[in-house]
Amino acid sequence: MNITIDATTAERQLTGSSILSAIKAARIEYVLSVPDIVTSHGLLFPIADDPALRLIRVCKEDECLGIAAGLSYGDKRALILIQHTGMLYAMNAIRAVAIEHQQPICMMVGLLEKEPGVAPRESKRHGIRFIEPILDVMGIAHHLIDSEDDIGKIGPAVEGCYKQSRPVVLLIGRRPS
Amino acid sequence: MTMMKRDLCFRILARHVKEEIVVATYSSAHDWNAINDRPLNHFSFGAMGLASSHGLGLALGLPHRRIIVLDGDGSLLMNLGSLVTIAAAAPKNLIHFVCQNGSYEANGGHPLPNPEVDFAGIARSAGIRACHTYSDLSAFEAEIGGLLQAEGPIFAVLRIEQGPPYKPDYANLHGPARRAALRAALAAAR
Repeated sequence: MNITIDATTAERQLTGSSILSAIKAARIEYVLSVPDIVTSHGLLFPIADDPALRLIRVCKEDECLGIAAGLSYGDKRALILIQHTGMLYAMNAIRAVAIEHQQPICMMVGLLEKEPGVAPRESKRHGIRFIEPILDVMGIAHHLIDSEDDIGKIGPAVEGCYKQSRPVVLLIGRRPS
Repeated sequence: MTMMKRDLCFRILARHVKEEIVVATYSSAHDWNAINDRPLNHFSFGAMGLASSHGLGLALGLPHRRIIVLDGDGSLLMNLGSLVTIAAAAPKNLIHFVCQNGSYEANGGHPLPNPEVDFAGIARSAGIRACHTYSDLSAFEAEIGGLLQAEGPIFAVLRIEQGPPYKPDYANLHGPARRAALRAALAAAR
């Protein structure tokens, strides 16, 4: 059975400008990223052009865990912007740094080729279907950002991450315009 | 080529370390902690290779404090891309030492795929301009003071012998308490 997102919600197209405003309002100063085609045009290019944010382009996703943890010692907030495939690659670093070391790690993860309007657990793509159960097993809080109505989740998620020094994952369910 | 002993290198380094944060990993972490156990140490365990990335984050987050990374050769091979990232970010306050003994010392002493890999050459090709290799202790001792004052990012290879077996102290170095101690020390210094 496919779980479909309410039609009126789905009509509110997710925009990169809304995500950008939300992460800046959450006092994110650094964005650490390996390019992800889900967020490339709508979010990463605008971030690269935004003088209020410093973009650190990394070579592999696990680098982001060390950099974000290090930045936090200087009270600098970082957003790790990657694709779900990269998050899977970095799982050991997430386990060590975010969970065992209890560092504040905020990840925004593009769900590559998730079907529009379909919940991640109901995706036909097994790479997508695994993501939320894996995060649940690891005890990592996660939120789906699939429309403009979800933008309000971003600020509290970032705030909780840094106040409680724990990881959070914001799953981007479709390409923001 | 002559080789140095890691603990002797670190004893020389310890004489120069004051307010710097030292990021150390695996065998380097155990040696450094035995020589200079202090709250301003940050230990990178659990994800081999991330010491350089922790160091970059600390250097960017704390631009007025010098960050010293004590990496291992096996560890760095797992995160060679970090050299490119560091070169691009170019933090002036980061100095990255790599202890090269050609082995995965913390995992039984097995050899690296290429024990003689030219790390300074790789770092230079990655875009880090200040790259050094030391295999003589007296030369290292003569230059370390200036090296720690120079503008970063700096990359330096320490050609060392494999160290003696040690008793791992993961319970102390791996847990969140050491990270909390570093945060408290930094907060007290503000």
